[in-house]
Amino acid sequence: MFLLRRLAGTAVVVALLSIGVFCLLYLAPGSVQQTLLGTRPATPETIAAIQARYHLNDPLPVQYLSWLGGVLRGDLGTSIRTGMPVADMLGQRLPLTLALTGYGTVLAVLVGIPLGVAGALRRGRAADRLVVTAGVVGLSAPPFAVGLLLLVVFAAGLGWFPVYGVGEGFADQVLHLTLPAVALAVGAVGMLVRFSRAALIRELDQDYVVFARARGLGAPAVLGYALRNSLVPILTAAGLIVTGMLAGTVLVEVTFALPGLGSLLVDSVTFKDVPVVQALALLLTLLIAAVNLLVDVGYSAADPRVRLGGRPS
Amino acid sequence: MTRPSRVVTRPPVSVVTALAILLAVAVAAAFAPWLVPDATGQDLMLGISGPGPGHPLGTDDLGRDVLELLVAGARTAVPGALCVAAGSMLIGNLVGLPAGYLGGWADALAMRWADLMFSLPALLVAIVVAGVLGGGYGLAIAVLVVLFAPTDTRVVRGAVLEQRHRPYVEAARLKNLSAWRIMTRHVWPNIAPVALANAFLNFAYALVSLASLSFLGLGVPAGSPDWGRTLSDNRTQLLANPWAVIAPGLAIIATAAALNIVGDWLYERVDRRGRTR
Repeated sequence: MFLLRRLAGTAVVVALLSIGVFCLLYLAPGSVQQTLLGTRPATPETIAAIQARYHLNDPLPVQYLSWLGGVLRGDLGTSIRTGMPVADMLGQRLPLTLALTGYGTVLAVLVGIPLGVAGALRRGRAADRLVVTAGVVGLSAPPFAVGLLLLVVFAAGLGWFPVYGVGEGFADQVLHLTLPAVALAVGAVGMLVRFSRAALIRELDQDYVVFARARGLGAPAVLGYALRNSLVPILTAAGLIVTGMLAGTVLVEVTFALPGLGSLLVDSVTFKDVPVVQALALLLTLLIAAVNLLVDVGYSAADPRVRLGGRPS
Repeated sequence: MTRPSRVVTRPPVSVVTALAILLAVAVAAAFAPWLVPDATGQDLMLGISGPGPGHPLGTDDLGRDVLELLVAGARTAVPGALCVAAGSMLIGNLVGLPAGYLGGWADALAMRWADLMFSLPALLVAIVVAGVLGGGYGLAIAVLVVLFAPTDTRVVRGAVLEQRHRPYVEAARLKNLSAWRIMTRHVWPNIAPVALANAFLNFAYALVSLASLSFLGLGVPAGSPDWGRTLSDNRTQLLANPWAVIAPGLAIIATAAALNIVGDWLYERVDRRGRTR
């Protein structure tokens, strides 16, 4: 029941946003025809072809529905800039972005949560203050600034990593993606440190922890209980982290000149390649909606009270 | 009403450092035209050079002094972000105050709106909308104000909900004061500190977002002395003069971190005071 309600809510949001994405075509300066023509010559034939393709002579709701119908059948239109089907372009670029964000997420989780836990266990001491400050700095630092600083130090200065390119073969690709993934992970580390530290501190103050300690349970066992219960607030961060990663990957891909979805978005936006922008916006919308839904499923698995309509404490 | 005696605590080192950074940035932003009257002046004969006499941080490929660009960049970076923080705080107060105080359908409507906006990643939407509309600094600021307002609305509404059942509100209601008057004269002064602390956090995020847009070429025009723009202009010169990249990069990170540290600190103080009252 809980999940059904969430599913319906997500569907409504996605539907509303798809209307917004469709309207991007009308946001672009100049007439829709001009936007879709791009640099092609405006002959009567090309204009007629575009009018037929996008149903420009029909009322707006009909245009929207035919566009949506095309999208649902997997027809995302053709790029104005390259003349290629948009779906193919996305397919070419998707793997790199997935690899980059996946790598970044793994790094962020491996660094962020242990740091947050360490801070919570040494609350108020110098180590904790250092962790908190580092977390805030990480949270504040935009990925492109971090990326360029990493390039200055580790690529140009020390020569440990290549400056640009994606590399050949698995090991080389991992090496090429390391600096971008670190730049991407820094913000997420900041967020995870903050959320996991705060959540664990709250749990460690609970009576059951005092009781467990009083009964003589070892520190690892007590920490285990507290960690399990601080999972829900940490999960709250997952949605924020994924949206942060998606925005960050745009900046990181441009910084490191990587051919992923993010740099495609920037190129298309600069060129006013609206069909590609629409497809990317829609893809991002779906991704974020899916992640938020997954987070909700994760909640109800980690904390049964959520399912019963209560609030996670 | 007697004020609770407030224990004067010295702010932690990190906050003092952050305030010092903010002061330096504020001075640079306020006095840049007098401090560095010719920041974008080019010296094409000199071209790119490392740190040396006359140019403590060297020059970029157009022969512009990196240190002067850094100081002038504050003037471009700060006012825009301030506009975003102030604008979204204004909207947040105007919507959040009645939503929290009146409740009912106005509240439900405002919160559904905030929920919808919340599911949007602000920076990505700003990139798409500002890009498709043709870019520009003013446009970027306007888009960010719209995208940031829901956060402020939620914070203000939450703070109002905590206040509306306090005795002083009931007393004001018994005196038959209008809802508008109670909201603006009685409730608002009590939630203003929270809104201000939140504005600091928004300020930091706006600074980073605007720098990001400028970095992508969707904010300030090319050649402007903006930190994000300078970074993007100079990123091909990593090897020739690394300082041309390090200086603006560190400036963005330090300023944003300082704003967040001060904002967090304010939040904590406001929150603690709210609980003991």
